[in-house]
Amino acid sequence: MHKFLIHYKGDHVGVAVQDIAANEKVQGVFMDDNTTIDVRAKAAIPLGHKIAIANVEEEAKVIEYKVPIGFAPNGLKVGDYVHTHNLKTLRW
Amino acid sequence: METLTGYRRENGAVGIRNYVVILPVDDISNAACEAVGNNIQGTLALPHSYGRLQYGEDLALHFRTMIGIGSNPNVAAVVVIGIEENWTKKIADGIAETGKPVAAFSIERNGDLETIRQASWKAKEFVQWASELQREPIKLEDLTVSIKCGESDTTTGLGSCPTVAQVVDRVIDAGGTVFFGETSELTGGEHLIANRMATPALKEKFMETYNSYVDFIVSQGVDLLGSQPTQGNITGGLSTIEEKALGNIEKTGTKEIIGVLKPAEKPANGKGLYFMDTSSAAAECVTLMAAGGAVIHFFPTGQGNVVGNPIEPVVKLTANPITAKTMSEHIDVDVSGLLSRDITLSDAGDMLMECLTRTVNGRFTAAEALGHKEFVMTKLYPSA
Repeated sequence: MHKFLIHYKGDHVGVAVQDIAANEKVQGVFMDDNTTIDVRAKAAIPLGHKIAIANVEEEAKVIEYKVPIGFAPNGLKVGDYVHTHNLKTLRW
Repeated sequence: METLTGYRRENGAVGIRNYVVILPVDDISNAACEAVGNNIQGTLALPHSYGRLQYGEDLALHFRTMIGIGSNPNVAAVVVIGIEENWTKKIADGIAETGKPVAAFSIERNGDLETIRQASWKAKEFVQWASELQREPIKLEDLTVSIKCGESDTTTGLGSCPTVAQVVDRVIDAGGTVFFGETSELTGGEHLIANRMATPALKEKFMETYNSYVDFIVSQGVDLLGSQPTQGNITGGLSTIEEKALGNIEKTGTKEIIGVLKPAEKPANGKGLYFMDTSSAAAECVTLMAAGGAVIHFFPTGQGNVVGNPIEPVVKLTANPITAKTMSEHIDVDVSGLLSRDITLSDAGDMLMECLTRTVNGRFTAAEALGHKEFVMTKLYPSA
């Protein structure tokens, strides 16, 4: 049973659709082609919050919906909890 | 699909409700309007905060909103009350262009009590006349629909906004009209909207509208951190304005955009999908879209916005299972099955179309049943 969803192949993050526990191995489904991915969460991730499914370099753009949703000042590692502490807007 | 029914007005526009509105031109005429509303059952007074010492584009927007609300096809007839004669007549004349019954009353030289007496007699006449109007079969193409989401979270972009997109595409395919807006909430995806404009001129007009909003924020020496995304958005998992915007844009569907409207402006390019320059604040946005002529609103919510509108029924849907459970009295359609993948997007679209049919045919939305009548004017400038 999946615990997170990803909009598109190539996105860096997925969205938890159930609460995920720290260190839990969870399955995600890509909504564009129904394929799956398994990731071990590095932190607790509440329903609606994001998990990194790809490594992102320091200062690099973070992709969701195939589009940049901001940048990661300190980079991201697979399984990271992704939110306002490590993902910043490019706009204001 | 089950037959749709509505009220075909004098100018051919189709409404799904049948209100007799008591409309104040200005803030100080609210008391008289509310008194008429209390005297005559079945009327609806719409008190608001503005209408004095406005000027320029701000005053034009005030008139456009007042005339637009009175002209909305969900409204059968209007009693307009203002402090003085000139602006009152201007608004009544604007509404009268639709051919619907309108009467104007001004308070100076009469006082509240005499105004209320005269206006109540007219309101009684209007409401008895309107109560005999009959619904008739209408088509999906007769509807003007508006969309705007609120208290968004990541479930909005995953589920409730794509569900609205299903309905938007079906309404446009049927030959109907849809408004979307929320200028600040396109930030990060404005290029996606610009690229769907039907002509280069529209694309330019859209980018001018978007950029002038951003330029205004910059000119004030401020930014929207802390407001966009909102605290509720962040609690719901949205991290940046870009992420919020991309979820928001999901609801606009896939069709070409055939017009760029000013706030509360009526569409002039025929039937189809329009962008309207609006605030992203729920009550202001829905009010502007109602003034533009929208008769039914679809409102995807994540964390649970409770907004309604006095003349335009607001249909709420959520894909957030927590919101669906803890705020169920506000939710018309629960599409949280999209997150668990128990239903497909097409199933969710069917569920929302069924809700559209029932709402058009007269079933109260949750917001109507709960008495949500947020009527909020947009103001551009400080008053003179």
